[in-house]
Amino acid sequence: MSPVLFELLLRSIWETVLMTGASGLISLVFGLPLGLALVATDRGGIAESLWVNRSLGAVINGFRSVPFIILLVALIPVTRLIVGTSIGTWAAIVPLSIAATPYYARIAEVSLREVDHGLIEAARAMGGNRWTIIREVLVPEALPGIVAGFTVTLVTLVGASAMAGAIGAGGLGDLAIRYGYQRFETSVMVAVVVVLIVLVCGIQWIGDRLVARLDHRG
Amino acid sequence: MIGAWLAEMDGPRLSGPPSRLRGTETDREMNQHVTAERADPVRIQPTGREVVRLVGLKRRFGATAALDGVSLTVRRGEILGIIGRSGAGKSTLIRCLNGLERPDSGAVFIEDREIGRLSERELQPLRRRIGMVFQHFNLLSAKTVEENVALPLKIEGRPRAERLARAAELLQLVGLSEKANAYPASLSGGQKQRVGIARALAARPALLLSDEATSALDPETTRSILALLKDINSRLGLTILLITHEMEVIRSIADRVAVIDAGRIVEEGAVWQVFANPKSEITRSLLGGIRPQLPPEIASQLIAGEGAETILRIDVAGEAARGALLSDLAVAAPGRFRLVHGGVDHVQGQPVGTLFLAVAGAEAAHLARVTTFLKDRGARVEVLGHVAGPV
Repeated sequence: MSPVLFELLLRSIWETVLMTGASGLISLVFGLPLGLALVATDRGGIAESLWVNRSLGAVINGFRSVPFIILLVALIPVTRLIVGTSIGTWAAIVPLSIAATPYYARIAEVSLREVDHGLIEAARAMGGNRWTIIREVLVPEALPGIVAGFTVTLVTLVGASAMAGAIGAGGLGDLAIRYGYQRFETSVMVAVVVVLIVLVCGIQWIGDRLVARLDHRG
Repeated sequence: MIGAWLAEMDGPRLSGPPSRLRGTETDREMNQHVTAERADPVRIQPTGREVVRLVGLKRRFGATAALDGVSLTVRRGEILGIIGRSGAGKSTLIRCLNGLERPDSGAVFIEDREIGRLSERELQPLRRRIGMVFQHFNLLSAKTVEENVALPLKIEGRPRAERLARAAELLQLVGLSEKANAYPASLSGGQKQRVGIARALAARPALLLSDEATSALDPETTRSILALLKDINSRLGLTILLITHEMEVIRSIADRVAVIDAGRIVEEGAVWQVFANPKSEITRSLLGGIRPQLPPEIASQLIAGEGAETILRIDVAGEAARGALLSDLAVAAPGRFRLVHGGVDHVQGQPVGTLFLAVAGAEAAHLARVTTFLKDRGARVEVLGHVAGPV
């Protein structure tokens, strides 16, 4: 591999890490409260409101059903509004985040829903309000699942970021397509695949370690 | 909705009005026992001797009435046991006391304060004065034992140092000091329930609700948990209301018992009296497991007509059971009789006896002498039938 290609590879790794990390963080910040809202507003939830629950669910399903490559293009006006441009790595973070947030919201919802209802009742019996229940019961008890779900989301984002090359965001996937595939640079293709494997394994390993440390359910 | 939510978020810091739910008996008891309970900053003398008064409580779930007009009082310092089969309405009843369940009609008074009209937010400070222990412990797996015990105080907005001091005190009370930093998953069932009890006591409640607290435990652990509850009741003067489906639990620790069936209280009274003289069929049936019954092999040989022996059932309790009943009987009505089954049990320190006697001879006059003598001595006598020969 020539020094030029090697430099390209390094830049691509950074772009992928940036896109994955930034959109992952944004999906965590918005997805977790959305997941909480879904669980809280559902039937028997701590802030039951079926109307809100159904509407929220419909919006989330709507975003999740649009293929990412379509979302990437369809969101160009929104991206331009937020970032100022519709091209480049930062521009790709907007559609990636918007796709990952509802995805993560559903994953967080599953973990939160699994919290034993008896624990919520115990907190209510102690005189806790909704905020107490969220802070002391729902989130801490679901934390292993919330972290494991975040790991899954990050790995999914690594894959999704490959498509971001379509709007000139760069990244490992883009490098593999343009150099490895279209220019028959096998060494680039192999290098990209190896880096992606290491990246995904690394994310998964850290996630699993964290979950093991957080999980006290015996 | 959002506004209400945000307002609620500040809940823990807006500590409610100082509750009146603190026990006078608790205070008196605690001055004798030198415990850190003395550190309690607020001492407000409660009024009246009733902690809980329920009036005509009704609650339906669809077509079935879980509660069908329940009226009941819980006196300060007592242990009231509510017993019933599954689905009798026990859980609904206990959940009405801290507002986890709302009755359709009727009133719940906690220390003379009607809680039925209170909003969820108004109920929160009140709930902090009512401890609750659960069948499945409901400990938070992500928190250590110490953090679990301190949680009610955290909800109350107490400073961390105070919370930890109180948790240490309570863990000592329930004998789990060395487990303070363990997670609940590493504890046995009995230890988990001890933590549950410590947690329920953290906010110095005036009333402890126990929702089938020993139903998930083995008999030996059950005994130790019941002993702990009894100890807390006598040492702290804490009023306890417990629900159970096991008469053994009632027998071990309750002062009074109320029997609930199909959403109604069918019988109520001091435990030994109800044991000695159960009025309703359901009570007799619930007592069946722990009171002597005529063994089936004898019951199957009973005949209505003449026989060599007459089988009598004699129920005797309290003062009547303290005398030399059988030897006096032998003197008053000379003749052969033998004890085929039964015995004298002690409930709340009172003798409660059920004896099955086989009285020899079918002579009506002799039998009448026997029954008259026993009835004069305060026993209930029932002629069950006759047997042809020795059984």
